[in-house]
Amino acid sequence: MNPILRPVAAEFSKIFSTRIWWILALVLFGYIALIAGGLAAFLGGVENGSISPDAVNSGGGADLSTLGDLPPLIYSFAASVGYVFPVLLGALATTGEFRHQTLTPTFLATPKRGRVLSAKIISMFTVGAGLGLVGLAASAGLGALVLNGFGIDPMLADGETWALIGRTVLAMALWAVIGVGLGVLVPSQVASIVIVLAFTQFVEPLLRFASAVTQITADIGKFLPGAASDALVGASFFTLASPGGAVLESWQGGLVLLAYGLLATAGGYFTSWKRDVT
Amino acid sequence: MPTGAVIEFRNITKRFGQTTAVTDLSFTVEPGRVTGFLGPNGAGKTTTLRMLLGLVAPTSGTATFGGLRYRDLSQPLGTVGAALEAASFHSGRTAARHLAAYTLAAGLPRTRVAEVLRTVGLADHADQRVGGYSLGMRQRLSLAYSLLGDPGVLVLDEPINGLDPEGIKWIRGFLSSMAAEGRTVLVSSHLLSEVQQSVDDVIIIAKGELVHSGPLSSLDTNVAPQVIVDSPNRDALVTALTDAGLAFTSGRTGLIVAVPDPGQVGHIAFAAGVELSVLHRQKAGLEDSFLALVDGGDSL
Ligand SMILES: Nc1ncnc2c1ncn2[C@@H]1O[C@H](COP(=O)(O)OP(=O)(O)O)[C@@H](O)[C@H]1O
Ligand SMILES: [Mg+2]
Repeated sequence: MNPILRPVAAEFSKIFSTRIWWILALVLFGYIALIAGGLAAFLGGVENGSISPDAVNSGGGADLSTLGDLPPLIYSFAASVGYVFPVLLGALATTGEFRHQTLTPTFLATPKRGRVLSAKIISMFTVGAGLGLVGLAASAGLGALVLNGFGIDPMLADGETWALIGRTVLAMALWAVIGVGLGVLVPSQVASIVIVLAFTQFVEPLLRFASAVTQITADIGKFLPGAASDALVGASFFTLASPGGAVLESWQGGLVLLAYGLLATAGGYFTSWKRDVT
Repeated sequence: MPTGAVIEFRNITKRFGQTTAVTDLSFTVEPGRVTGFLGPNGAGKTTTLRMLLGLVAPTSGTATFGGLRYRDLSQPLGTVGAALEAASFHSGRTAARHLAAYTLAAGLPRTRVAEVLRTVGLADHADQRVGGYSLGMRQRLSLAYSLLGDPGVLVLDEPINGLDPEGIKWIRGFLSSMAAEGRTVLVSSHLLSEVQQSVDDVIIIAKGELVHSGPLSSLDTNVAPQVIVDSPNRDALVTALTDAGLAFTSGRTGLIVAVPDPGQVGHIAFAAGVELSVLHRQKAGLEDSFLALVDGGDSL
């Protein structure tokens, strides 16, 4: 095997030799299955009339008639809700090396440190895509079954549905790269995990809602990573729930996500990766 | 059989902020011999070895293997095997899978994993998670990692720490056999007594500075031998020695006379008609020489 691919093989081996990858994959599946399956059942019920629309609208929620086609919305949950999982796995891949002091054997085997970090990006991109498939198995697999059960066309014959599935896989892969970058930027594992959870579950959703208030902030807000990810995927409950919010083009969203991942990784390379290992 | 390379440190210095951990250190380590790298805790051994391995960037100076820096070696694990810290493992990974990742990184055959685990006596624990390992087992796993590439140079930082007596005996023999095969073996310790039986050469540092280097036997001559003598009639002996003009002090087991030759002291006692109960040469131990050297470093 050539010297560039060797560290990639090593990184894959590290990922799959501890338990965290399948624990995260399992929780991701369960979580998305619950949300996507539950919403598919609920919205499917509303749409086919078995749940009264009044019961929903009286709650002051979004007008369901603006939700458009249900299937893409349900399927996009894999990324719009599940993206925290590849970020966590990516961050664990880098912070774990600091925490368990495995940087020593790692850099002894591959003294060119940039190669190790590149290998982490490549392997995590792939594993992130794999997590995307797991999320989609829940959101699109289970979601389609539930929609079908309510007599709604799951749109699986539609080429656009499969394009959305592909973009979801790409988004999840890019989120794993962002995780790698965050992990080198903030090598403390605890701090990294707290940042991931606080930012994805609390700070960013608030910022996105708040930024939608004025045009200027909305133009900035669309560059938030979650917004860029939703733009890449092309459908999201979040985007629909805040109508009027500015959105990037799909390809722009992808580039913005990639930029976050690469900038964080490059920053971390200089602030922690190249440092003395003592 | 892999052959060893000469390790050369040239004017290497490392500062961590205000602290100077290593100061202008220069020495060489030869193949075919076990070299002990000694100094008290905090002397700068680990820092020096980490600079050698490219893990810590020197403030100035160089450290090389046969003229090449670690990062310029084309086959790092196949040239140099290093074991630095007993804690460098992910506790959730098994020993075999820990090692397997690095065989992939270094392009080594996967079969090496089982081989090195057998060499260090961990074959029965290969598929156990490292989190359940004792300190001694972790030391052995560190050593197993260093052997993956069957390297000609071994660099081991305090490998004896935490080993049980059987493990200590084993590693001493192991180090000697590696050197006998022509490999370069550099092993650090804060205790001379730990490695005394297996080292050929010693490099001693204190406070980051070189205080002694040479064959182990060179430590012997650093402290002059003395004679211990005693008599049932201690007062008569004191008088005899004083009359002969010899300097002595009073010790627990007798008088300590500052001459190297017991015969000289015996003759003086005989001539003065004093009966002796004790007469022997006290050779200062290597440990004493070692402590004298590093204490000297302390007072700098
Ligand atoms: N990362 C670091 N930052 C600051 N000081 C350090 C660091 N690593 C080591 N030192 C200092 O360098 C000196 C030498 O330490 P070390 O090389 O570990 O010694 P030894 O291995 O001989 O016990 C000590 O004073 C230690 O406190
Ligand atoms: Mg040390």
